[in-house]
Amino acid sequence: MKRFARHAVFYAVLIGAWVLLAALKIWPPYLFPAPKGVVEALWAGFADHSFWIAIAISMKRMLIGYGVSVVLGMILGLGVASNKFLEETMGGLLVSLQSLPSICWLPLAVLWFGLTEKAILFVVVMGSLLSVTIAMEDGRKQMPKIYGMAGRNLGAKGLQLFWYVLLPASLPYIVSGLKQGWAFAWRSLISGEMIFVSLGLGQLLMMGRDLNDMSQVLAVMILIISIGYVVDGLVFKTVERRLQHKWGLLPAA
Amino acid sequence: MTSSPMPRVPASGDYMGRVRSEGGRLKTATAVIPLRRVEATVPKVRLQGISLSYTQSNGRLLALDNIDLKVEAGEFLCIVGPSGCGKSTLIHLIAGLHHPSSGSVLVDNKPVTEPGTDRILIFQELGLFPWLTVGENVEFGMKMKGVSKAERREQTERYLRLVHLAQFKDSYTHQLSGGMRQRVALARALATEPDVLLMDEPFAALDAQTRDLLHDELERIWAETGRTIIFITHNVREAVRLGDRVALMTFRPGRIKREYGIELPRPRQLEDVTVAKAAREILEDLREEINKSIEEQYGAKEFQQ
Repeated sequence: MKRFARHAVFYAVLIGAWVLLAALKIWPPYLFPAPKGVVEALWAGFADHSFWIAIAISMKRMLIGYGVSVVLGMILGLGVASNKFLEETMGGLLVSLQSLPSICWLPLAVLWFGLTEKAILFVVVMGSLLSVTIAMEDGRKQMPKIYGMAGRNLGAKGLQLFWYVLLPASLPYIVSGLKQGWAFAWRSLISGEMIFVSLGLGQLLMMGRDLNDMSQVLAVMILIISIGYVVDGLVFKTVERRLQHKWGLLPAA
Repeated sequence: MTSSPMPRVPASGDYMGRVRSEGGRLKTATAVIPLRRVEATVPKVRLQGISLSYTQSNGRLLALDNIDLKVEAGEFLCIVGPSGCGKSTLIHLIAGLHHPSSGSVLVDNKPVTEPGTDRILIFQELGLFPWLTVGENVEFGMKMKGVSKAERREQTERYLRLVHLAQFKDSYTHQLSGGMRQRVALARALATEPDVLLMDEPFAALDAQTRDLLHDELERIWAETGRTIIFITHNVREAVRLGDRVALMTFRPGRIKREYGIELPRPRQLEDVTVAKAAREILEDLREEINKSIEEQYGAKEFQQ
């Protein structure tokens, strides 16, 4: 409860300062709106369904793009981890590619796929694929060798070995990489949507700018932060905690 | 007390011919008897001229050198040796997890090329799957073999009962004690119904009471199921307590230095005077190897007497 109280005080002060600054009218309200305006923009956005639609579209893109990069990344990462040649050659390439901001793939994607859904998905995949791959590669290497041996010893081979032993054994080591992949995918998606206008939260943000509507801009930003927080704090934290509990890495809660 | 429910095949083969004892002198005592030269049927497991060498930074290391060994069906063979003598490596070879540089492992006269459920290894570190429950761990090998769900459930319960863990079917392995985990590993191995059970120092990390208990249980299960067991240990007492035969390995390169037939009545106890007596004899031969290993590892000649 104490922790909650600290949070409440912190946010009360923050919003209080905001109200105060807005009330002083140092900047015009269209550049520095009061919290009330932002809340109204949020309300209006949900009331006319435009926020719901944008969230639905952005989440759909996330699920498809992220799903593709998880599957591809696992295969790629496992391949890199289990082959000396690939590890030396492709491993280095992957790390260097990771320093490229994923939005840099957009011009390429637009030329390849045109102004289509595919182009935006491509950017999302490229944004998260590398971190999933590297996480999988690391997970495969960190995973104690005994599990693979025990699996083979009990008659697991090939795909069976991967699905029933190697994958679950490496899960605790890759879950943080999966989380990071999600965060990268989320960033790539929003930037992609901002530049390449085709619905979604990113476009909504740009629309706020085009309309000179700072309240909407802030409202959408709050929305983007909230969704990121919910997925990270609820979905991934829960998965992580469950895994750790199941594996006995955490004392039973 | 001495009768076991299965026929005991006499230890066989020309073991004495391969003994590398000083001056060919045989040590005999009331407990340790020299092995007879008997040509028997096809052995369950046969190692033929197994050698293994690694490439190291300072050249090649010969880990195992020309090892010949026969294990009869239903026999309990213990292999003892100082740490670093390659006994774990040897049992991994039998399991098919590694390949020898030369020589071959034969099971039922067929060469071993890969892991197979006819021989299941219980690892020193167990290798239980933490993401599965106890029951799912035991079920695992059967699932890989494609055994039906109903049969799997039945077998799992049967083997969990055999190791007295029936009520822990839905627990996770980290919720169990060391001794209980050992039993899960044993049940998991037995559930795939292997002909040969390979055990790599399975009880080394346990406290004395738990180990005693597990010795009793292993002996009972061995008698009930009639499996062939190859058991690795560095503890001579344990080897004499459990084995029909004890093979002593040398330190680097690993060779079979000598074999001892243990014809003490069962069930045995670790504290039995006869067990202690037999162990002391083997220990004398082992000490020489231990000294060699200490000398090599620490470069301390003064440890040697």
